[in-house]
Amino acid sequence: MNVLAIDTSNAVMGIALVENGVVKGEVITNIKKDHSTRAMPAIQSLMADCRIVPQALNLIVVAKGPGSYTGVRIGVTIAKTLAWTLSIPIVGVSSLEILAANGRYFHGFLSPLFDARRGQIYTGLYRYREGQLECVESDRLVLASEWAQYLREKNEPVLFLGGDLALHQATLAEALGTAAFFSPAPLQLPRPSELAFLGMQKEPEAVHSFVPNYVRLAEAEANWLAKQKEQNRYGD
Amino acid sequence: MKKDIYVLGIETSCDETAAAVVKNGREIMSNIVASQIESHKRFGGVVPEVASRHHVEQITLVIEQAMNEANLSFSELDAIAVTQGPGLVGALLIGVNAAKALAFAHQLPLVSVHHIAGHIYANRLVTEMKFPLLSLVVSGGHTELVYMKEHGEFEVIGETRDDAAGEAYDKVARALSLPYPGGPHIDRLAHEGKVTIDLPRAWLEEDSYDFSFSGLKSAVINTLHNAHQRGETIEAKDMAASFQASVIDVLVTKTVKAAQVYKVRQVLLAGGVAANRGLRTELERKMAELKGVELVIPPLSLCTDNAAMIAAAGTILFEKGKYATMSLNANPSLELE
Ligand SMILES: [Zn+2]
Repeated sequence: MNVLAIDTSNAVMGIALVENGVVKGEVITNIKKDHSTRAMPAIQSLMADCRIVPQALNLIVVAKGPGSYTGVRIGVTIAKTLAWTLSIPIVGVSSLEILAANGRYFHGFLSPLFDARRGQIYTGLYRYREGQLECVESDRLVLASEWAQYLREKNEPVLFLGGDLALHQATLAEALGTAAFFSPAPLQLPRPSELAFLGMQKEPEAVHSFVPNYVRLAEAEANWLAKQKEQNRYGD
Repeated sequence: MKKDIYVLGIETSCDETAAAVVKNGREIMSNIVASQIESHKRFGGVVPEVASRHHVEQITLVIEQAMNEANLSFSELDAIAVTQGPGLVGALLIGVNAAKALAFAHQLPLVSVHHIAGHIYANRLVTEMKFPLLSLVVSGGHTELVYMKEHGEFEVIGETRDDAAGEAYDKVARALSLPYPGGPHIDRLAHEGKVTIDLPRAWLEEDSYDFSFSGLKSAVINTLHNAHQRGETIEAKDMAASFQASVIDVLVTKTVKAAQVYKVRQVLLAGGVAANRGLRTELERKMAELKGVELVIPPLSLCTDNAAMIAAAGTILFEKGKYATMSLNANPSLELE
């Protein structure tokens, strides 16, 4: 059973190859650019190094967002094209869930996050129960300050994870005090091997209709819908 | 006997997700186009983020259909051709990454095609190209005169200095309150109306093959505005006819002159605006006066964006051994060379 995991959804580009439950190789960069030029070469060289040909793959797992719209589309396009043309299953995993997996031994809530500009973050709430990662609150786009207030009421320790922590650490620490914990640098980057293992536990999805989870509508579409609502209210 | 060459083409530069298989650069085995126009209509134009999202939804479906209709397996293909640019970067990225994944999975050569080269090579799906030739490329984003000495060699001898002809059509259509996309509506109205309004023609310098349409567009908008202020009405069909006459006059005159100066054997019409009836008719009329120069106008379905044209242009690159690597990127402002 050979699994290829692909994550280009955020600043980190991650590729992993897992063979029969053994992590054969991982590529992780945290330079936030050129996912389009570097993803396929990384897949090509990792598979060549591990001596696994495309036809020997059995499963493709991909990070499906939230994150950069363009970034997540690159990974999803590569993943669904490979899965379709090799006739193997595809599984999508939340980009936040992958990051949450880094908090395996933490007792409390896990709040993975990516910066979404203007004080907002993409986040969700996860926790490990009997070795299994569970989603407690679904992935969302929220103001960091609002999220911090919400977590305060839970009255439990929370571990925040992610490469964008520095941008929001002050806000979160202020609201949560000693209940807030922050992942150290080596645990801030989502690991593609975690993505592979999370994917192996999930059900495959239909390949043609597989799309990223953008969490929010395209701006033009949101505006259009708002206008439709407005017109319906005053129209008749 | 020479072996047949089969190329899969992929095109996602704007609002059309397309895949096609072409044999020997000339014969269409399949040509699938999933248009997003219905989705973009509500916004009055193509929204890049929305276009990119639709491409991801459609891409494998469209490729599967193209392969099924061609009745070929990937092992029977010789190369994968994809539009590298120009176009919307987010949209181009979907085609480029899908093409790379396919080339990698099946160890096939990958070739990257310039979108305009594709439009020109749509003509080779109609008839064999005869060099030297001249191509008039007119689309939403392009107005260019391209000279070709041989296969795969492009020399842009004239281009627009501001708006593309198609862009001017869309803007004038908006000024006339016509629905998006406006080009076909203007063409239709122009045939009902009369050329009653004197609009400018930008000839530029004596020996220039460049174009300029922003002055014409402004003249239309000003004329409409002034009439409105005086409480007069200008019939939309007469304005459409007058506008179209000005555009076509410049396009056709410059093309015919370049065809003579460059002593070409063929003139090819290319790009989405090649679907315009007015342009086709006038070009046919003027070209008929030129002896020994063949005029080729592809059918409508090959004028608008499609992947068969990309596969056709890509076949030449494959034959020349000009392969792309796995680090191929989309280039929204790629130059034709
Ligand atoms: Zn085009």
